[in-house]
Amino acid sequence: MKIEKQYFTYDASEKGQQLDSGLVLSPVTIAYETIGRLNHSRDNAVLICHAFSGDSHVADLYWDDPSESNPGWWDFMVGPGKGIDTDRYFVICCNILGSCMGSTGPSSINPETGKAYGLDFPMVTIGDMINAQKQVLAHLGITKLHSVIGGSVGGMQVLEWCVRYPEMIKSAIPIATTMRHSALAIAFNEIARQAIMADPLWNKGDYYHSSGPGLGLAVARMIGHVTYLSDEAMRRKFGRKLQDKEDFSFNFEADFQVESYLRHQGSKFARRFDANSVLYITKAADYFDLADNVNTRESLQDLRGNRSKFLVISYTSDWLYPTYQARELVKALKRTGQDVSFCEIEADCGHDAFLIKDIRLTNLIRGFLDGIEDA
Amino acid sequence: MELKTPEKLRYDLVIIASWIKPGSRVLDLGCGRGDLLAWLKKHKNIQGTGIEQDKDKAAACISRGLTVLQGDLKDEVLDYPDGYFDVVILSQTLQQVLQPDRLLKSLARIGKQVIVSFPNFSHYSGRLQLFFKGTAPKTRQLPYSWYDTPNIRVITLADFRSFAKKVGYTIVKECAINSYGQDREGKIVTILSNLRATYGVFLIEKTKAASK
Repeated sequence: MKIEKQYFTYDASEKGQQLDSGLVLSPVTIAYETIGRLNHSRDNAVLICHAFSGDSHVADLYWDDPSESNPGWWDFMVGPGKGIDTDRYFVICCNILGSCMGSTGPSSINPETGKAYGLDFPMVTIGDMINAQKQVLAHLGITKLHSVIGGSVGGMQVLEWCVRYPEMIKSAIPIATTMRHSALAIAFNEIARQAIMADPLWNKGDYYHSSGPGLGLAVARMIGHVTYLSDEAMRRKFGRKLQDKEDFSFNFEADFQVESYLRHQGSKFARRFDANSVLYITKAADYFDLADNVNTRESLQDLRGNRSKFLVISYTSDWLYPTYQARELVKALKRTGQDVSFCEIEADCGHDAFLIKDIRLTNLIRGFLDGIEDA
Repeated sequence: MELKTPEKLRYDLVIIASWIKPGSRVLDLGCGRGDLLAWLKKHKNIQGTGIEQDKDKAAACISRGLTVLQGDLKDEVLDYPDGYFDVVILSQTLQQVLQPDRLLKSLARIGKQVIVSFPNFSHYSGRLQLFFKGTAPKTRQLPYSWYDTPNIRVITLADFRSFAKKVGYTIVKECAINSYGQDREGKIVTILSNLRATYGVFLIEKTKAASK
């Protein structure tokens, strides 16, 4: 079964939908993909939220990709018979607002000027992203989610869903995430933003007529990439090995494999992602702070007092959102009487571990989702 | 990984399970792979939560659909609201706890009742070894040497009764058992229990009038 990227466009001003900043962004287009079939009672929908630079292509292949070169970013987890079984669940994944992979963002055309928004694009929050996804769900006729699942910035969206629309959420799986960024996480994001803005080709965000700040964007990605790995993973993968040479070059070429790897990752990212989207999304992640909401009972239950079931997962080597932050979340959920499970997974691949095939993660998610069925 | 609900529980767990009222909210401390919780969920329709330190065991519990937190039980019990659980179960774990008095006081806060089971160190097999061989007892229930045992607390049925009172509990029910055969079979001991029982199971609750 092959899939297709779809688009839903709505008029936010007509709906009176404001952003958290008070501004109105309209129209809004959200790119999304669905896998599986929505059942008759419309209660088997699972929403998957992608991480900061991800897209709606969560799993499977596009129908127009005969060489099968582009599987989804969570293909090992989502599919028939997999951890999130698309024979049973109707999976939806939306590209986030502010991104550049099909949804409205700073690279989209501003209808008022006929040119790309650039920095005229309003600041969006994680909550604004959720509100846009809710419009897609309404369009699909979905009012209740069997589960909402996501890692990293996707995990922030999961938590935001539970706070904003608890009546829609039966269960939630926030993975490798946090209730709010630490100073360390904000610091790395700020360095990434400064790298972009220091590139003269950034031109205050107005670069869509030219090649754009490719170098600044590549450096931003290099920084980000280091935070997604770990000391152990980098030692195992690169150590001090040299790249295609026996000795140092005694100049500033990429001598070490790790340098060459980061340069490759940086330029690859610069080819596929929009620099302004990095600015907007990292800022949204930095602003995100649900600690107060998660610590109050009322914000996590619907009017009848129904609660969601939570499974919180962290990784031992994640130094971007370390386990202590997941435990803070768990603690808050316990204090307010939520039904919460927690497991830290032993893995040396750092923050990105949830994107790497691991039967332990698959079993946790499958078993947890099965348990919801019983409830 | 398919873990089925066990049809037969370890014998002390059978006693514990028989004391749990259907539909109650239960916390199982040191829940292992979740056999007791799975059984109670299936047969008594409880709302169960488990706490397990071992990552693989905790993951196995979650994978079978149980609500379980991976962590250290002495920290994990601190976060729940007052009186949140109807029953807190501490099965064969008390003898491994560093500060049992502190833990039991915490449990009095979060649970209305507490069920504790532990191996009885005054069983005659241990007494005989100590008396005749002069060595620290090593029995089928307590198969470790003094230097590698996780069982850092030496408890007898008599000791537990006075301890429970001391930390502010009243004993509601107690049962001395003698189990054998993979611990799946067993019987209740009524005569000379402190000498003949291999395990003790106690249902205790906070002493009402005595507490300030």
